[in-house]
Amino acid sequence: MKLKFVVPLLLFVALGIFLFVGLFRDPRYVPSPLIGKPAPEFTLPSLQDANYPVSSKELLGQPWVLNVWGTWCGGCREEHDTLLAIAASRAVPIVGLNWKDDNALAQRWLAQLGNPYNVVAEDREGRTAIDWGVYGAPETFLIGPDGIVLYKHIAPMTMEVWNKEFLPRIEAARAAAGSRS
Amino acid sequence: MLALALVVGGQALAIDTEAAFDDPVLQHRYEAINRELRCLVCQNQTIADSNATLAQDLRREVREMIAAGKTDDEIRDFMIERYGDFVLYRPRMTAQNLLLWGAPVLLLLIAGVVLFRVIRRRGQETDIETEGPEAGRS
Repeated sequence: MKLKFVVPLLLFVALGIFLFVGLFRDPRYVPSPLIGKPAPEFTLPSLQDANYPVSSKELLGQPWVLNVWGTWCGGCREEHDTLLAIAASRAVPIVGLNWKDDNALAQRWLAQLGNPYNVVAEDREGRTAIDWGVYGAPETFLIGPDGIVLYKHIAPMTMEVWNKEFLPRIEAARAAAGSRS
Repeated sequence: MLALALVVGGQALAIDTEAAFDDPVLQHRYEAINRELRCLVCQNQTIADSNATLAQDLRREVREMIAAGKTDDEIRDFMIERYGDFVLYRPRMTAQNLLLWGAPVLLLLIAGVVLFRVIRRRGQETDIETEGPEAGRS
């Protein structure tokens, strides 16, 4: 009757493995329920010109990136050069969502550090951010040509994350859209 | 002193400086929902406890939805759609966490079966011992 001893031991080891893996998971990373669902629509004033609205509908038909940022956000400063490099590669349009920020400070930030965004929407009230389930800037979403959210990165963007998580999904989304048309 | 602490503690329910609603029923609902929703930037606090800007914004959403006549379930669904189940302090039963909910019952059943078998075997063992000498005699 070796089984009597082997089964509890196996159960114990399995539990140990689960708990051990759990030690290295970041509780601050909350998976987004939006992945695989239609991106929430928004129409917000442009940061640079309040008379010029930025609408998510205009972006349909191509993959695009939404980057949530604010001048009060340290991680946003950290990722800024990476965003500039990504923008220079012209892979996809990058839309900025300026989250609960001061308009003048935000404009100065872009003037001084460079502007990686094709367009920046100003979310002064933070309502669009709530619709997108944003809880801590910087957050970066990838949206497919059909308006479906493909991926969300929570933390400053890095070249590694961009090359590993974003670029393959962008290529796959383009290929899928191309085969349909 | 304890009585004073209880009185003061009892009043410090919401972080808002003034009541959100004049109607005490609505105010009660507002406070109850806030105490069930997690503030995701300050994860071990509810949005009723936290003064983070996100918690303030979420309280504003709750306030506006109550004022617009939404039910508690509709408000909870609004939050889950955006932030996932983690936003709830009282987790729901879903397909993904069914095992977690069922685990206590499952473990109790397994333990019961094991216990039953052990007791029955012990019973048989004592039977054999008492029967032993009798079997020898006959």
